[in-house]
Amino acid sequence: MESVARSQSAAGPGASASNEKTLIYRQSRWTRLTHWLWAISLFFMLLSGLQIFNARPQLYIGKQSGFDYNNTIFAIGAENTNTGPRGYTEIFGKRFDTTGVLGWSGPTGQETSRAFPSWATIPSYYDLGTARVVHFFFAWILSTTLIVWLVASTVNGHLRRDLAPRFDDLKRLPQDIIDHAKLKFHHTREYNTLQKMAYGGVLFVLLPLMIITGLAMSPSMNSVLPFLNDLLGGRQTARTIHFTVMVLLVAFFVVHILMILAAGPINELRSIITGWYRTDPPAQDDKPVERSA
Amino acid sequence: MAKFEISRRKFLTGASLGASGIMLSGCDAFDSQLSIGSGLRSFLENANGLTYRAQRLLAGRDALAPEFTEADIRQPQRPNGVTAPDDDVYKGLLANNFADWRLEVSGLVEKPLSLSREQLQNMPSRTQITRHDCVEGWSCIAKWTGTPLSLVLDQAVVKPQARYVMFHCLDTIDRSLSGDIKYYGTIDLIDARHPQTILAYGLNGKPLPVENGAPLRVRVERQLGYKMPKYLYKIELVDGFATVGGGRGGYWEDNGYDWYGGI
Repeated sequence: MESVARSQSAAGPGASASNEKTLIYRQSRWTRLTHWLWAISLFFMLLSGLQIFNARPQLYIGKQSGFDYNNTIFAIGAENTNTGPRGYTEIFGKRFDTTGVLGWSGPTGQETSRAFPSWATIPSYYDLGTARVVHFFFAWILSTTLIVWLVASTVNGHLRRDLAPRFDDLKRLPQDIIDHAKLKFHHTREYNTLQKMAYGGVLFVLLPLMIITGLAMSPSMNSVLPFLNDLLGGRQTARTIHFTVMVLLVAFFVVHILMILAAGPINELRSIITGWYRTDPPAQDDKPVERSA
Repeated sequence: MAKFEISRRKFLTGASLGASGIMLSGCDAFDSQLSIGSGLRSFLENANGLTYRAQRLLAGRDALAPEFTEADIRQPQRPNGVTAPDDDVYKGLLANNFADWRLEVSGLVEKPLSLSREQLQNMPSRTQITRHDCVEGWSCIAKWTGTPLSLVLDQAVVKPQARYVMFHCLDTIDRSLSGDIKYYGTIDLIDARHPQTILAYGLNGKPLPVENGAPLRVRVERQLGYKMPKYLYKIELVDGFATVGGGRGGYWEDNGYDWYGGI
């Protein structure tokens, strides 16, 4: 497939004269399949996870939850005020009014006290048991997919060719940041530095950390890996990290979608569905054949 | 210079469309497929069996749950579920300081037992400082003292066809058309014979208080709190869940919680 891309690219010598773009095979079937399995499992894990959080909408630091002492660093709740019930979110002791979304939400006149609103949870009504069933099913899918991706990407060279950081990436970083800030995108076969950092960060830091902190919350896994919680700072700290990584993954998702919309959603979507990606016409001062190889 | 440019307006329109897509995503689209007994839910529930087998494979029979030090006991054990049973039988037993209380061991055993508090307390005991993890997400560290369940099972001589230990409790957890539902639950024989699985009568150096399950509760340290029934009065060896409540292995299980609570 790559030879196709190369030959097509080489077949356009009149770079300066035409607007011609090159269609290249950019994403292997393994990358595409695992991408969509992650998308599906992360969707269900997020919404069931928020439901699980609703059962105890507080986060603590340490081995246990402070009931007679205070080690709470985050809380969502509801309280009665002179103007009726209000929802609040408390971060490091600082309280914000989040009525309507966090703490107190629902259709007008039928608001209830719940941390994350009904539209953000699976099931929509309060049901911890069902949320756990959904969460752990997709936890298996997510972890298996990560292992499959790691093996496939090592074997097919995706890791080495597309994700491994190079010295060149560091040099390109400042210009890359400027380009992204200006929403100016170069459509090339290879990822730019910020893309490598974002994808590498999710696949090698956030997802593994999510799985590790998830396992650290399991009382049975604690008997298998007793050092895990000591390393993480206690089971409740592990739970807090688990939640924080969720926030980071959501942030990644939002930026990911914005970048796709800005860079050209049709082309980006085609490459992650069919594998084929349309690159920019080679610039006059570029050496297109080598760059796209 | 730039070959690809997008207008600010176009970008913001696209961005807000994407954001509203996220807003619409959750809601109640999956509610109906997730009720107990529905095909999709039953399929998803298989993951619990996989987790059970994987964790049993990794942890084996005897891997111990972490134990802590006295310094880690920073607060009273937080009670949950029923904390003051309103049942007449229980209140009668409590009024007499449980002098008339007995622990029955029955079902698939060679020698059914009826043990008083004194008999249980005269057996060898185990004391452990462990972390109680509630399914809701909180944890609390406390010191538990009790009789290893394996000693009681040995005394009763478990029949080979027995597969689970069922706990019968004195507290009413729910009411149904057919009457009061008293708490019940099951664990497998591996956890039942685990060295840290004890029938606890002591908490933090004192007799077990009512709110934490007096006179006797079970501790299953490699599982979550809902697998550790309080206010015990009967242990029954069974070969399946057919005779256990709604057939899913416990009160919370019959209400949609996974039977295996090791995760």
